[in-house]
Amino acid sequence: MLQEILAFEFMRNALFAAILSSVACGIIGAYVVVKKIGFISGGIAHTAFGGIGLGYFLGINPLFGVIPFTLFAAIAIGLLSKKAKVAEDSAIGTFWAVGMAIGVICIGLRPGYAPDLFSYLFGNILTVPTFDLWMILLLDMFIIGVVWLLNKEFLAISFDEEYARVSGLKTTAIYLLMLCLIALTVVIMMRVVGIVMVIALLTIPAAIARMFSRSLPGMMLLAVVLSTVFSLFGLWFSYQLDIASGATIIVVAGVTFLLVHAWRLLSALLTEQ
Amino acid sequence: MKEPIIECDGLSVCLGGLKVLDGLTLSVYDGDFLGIVGPNGGGKTTLLRVILGLEKPSTGSVRVFGGLPGSFPGRIGYVPQRLFFDREFPISIRELVLMGRLSKKKICQHYNKRDRQIAYEAICTAGLERLAERRIGDLSGGELQRALIARALAGDPELLLLDEPTASIDPQMKTTIYDLLEHLQEKLTIVLVTHDTGTISRYVTRTASLNVTLQLYESGLTPNSESLSVAYRYPVNPVVYHSPVSRTIDHP
Repeated sequence: MLQEILAFEFMRNALFAAILSSVACGIIGAYVVVKKIGFISGGIAHTAFGGIGLGYFLGINPLFGVIPFTLFAAIAIGLLSKKAKVAEDSAIGTFWAVGMAIGVICIGLRPGYAPDLFSYLFGNILTVPTFDLWMILLLDMFIIGVVWLLNKEFLAISFDEEYARVSGLKTTAIYLLMLCLIALTVVIMMRVVGIVMVIALLTIPAAIARMFSRSLPGMMLLAVVLSTVFSLFGLWFSYQLDIASGATIIVVAGVTFLLVHAWRLLSALLTEQ
Repeated sequence: MKEPIIECDGLSVCLGGLKVLDGLTLSVYDGDFLGIVGPNGGGKTTLLRVILGLEKPSTGSVRVFGGLPGSFPGRIGYVPQRLFFDREFPISIRELVLMGRLSKKKICQHYNKRDRQIAYEAICTAGLERLAERRIGDLSGGELQRALIARALAGDPELLLLDEPTASIDPQMKTTIYDLLEHLQEKLTIVLVTHDTGTISRYVTRTASLNVTLQLYESGLTPNSESLSVAYRYPVNPVVYHSPVSRTIDHP
């Protein structure tokens, strides 16, 4: 049966997309979870919609609209919440909404119907074109390279930003770079689960991995594995039941998350007695 | 006369319109072990933060190793209050202490064998070698505190700044932490901020009591209950430290 599925090119692409996106998602998701910047990541993800709209409006591949737009959003949100006297959640909320608004306006200005708009919002792993797959691979390699170079700095600001600063680190610059990597991960994940649900796949595998890890690299590895498993299972279910792939992946991840916590709670209660 | 390591002159700090430190003049010299006591909100932590370059003075000046605060991160070891980070963070003592080498490394430069060696020596100094692979979430308060001291030591500092290292630690553990500091004092200059008004007097060379303004006591002199009451604005008695009476157990 597996051979039968893999005979389709779109299925092979979907499989590659699931695996490649899980790599970025696990590594960057680990930082998102330990540094507790889920909300800011969600903000960056939703702001990305503005970039898609911009891409449509200019008539270019939406990927080339979304990459600069999300990077700009990441830096702007980061600077605004760090340097200006703006409460972090206000800054994030503003960008979140304004980014989506720009997207809606741009798409409205462009005559005609935007055909695969839905796939950017909610993901459609079955329609990932080969070109996007190469882009995902490129971004993956870039993310791995930066994390390999700066793992000591990223660990330091994740654990205790103030201590990192006292140690002479330019913490704001490192933090902005981390947000940029999150932005690129959002771009990668966009095709798989869509920008609305990116945040779930960014945090759930890492949050589960954290419960069983003793070190950050270990947590990243486990998160990559979990994310791959969720994506593949989600893909399989969606194929079998003929339902939306992105949403199925998220439901698989979410249900696993709840089950792990329920099991933990139960075993804690049992040992208490 | 030798140059002071820390020199505050007429230092005042306002945070959110509130004067937290007022007209502080203080010099710390090589080999000093200065204990700063005072009530919550008295500006103890703020003083450390100014010395580290995390807060800017409103008026007055601060010099650390002859330069502006924050100029020489590699020469200062900082032990923050241990409440301020996530105890559930997936990191072992070994990796935590290795972070102390950060101030000695350039950006993008990975920790090497020598860094790991130095970090391990710091772990041994703090008496944690058996727990090196433990996750920090599995440590007791006292063990974690010693791990944070080890992290500061791994940076091979000349000046050690400690913020409430004995807060909410059981008395026995407190003594082991002070014994560790006493041992370190032979090589390091130490500034310690604490609530333990009595215990520290046995270890420090100088005491200062801080409540927005500062009063200094030279070695041998410790704040008596009257001067502490001035700082705390309510009656305080210094807790006098007694060595435990040694007992021999006779086996019949």
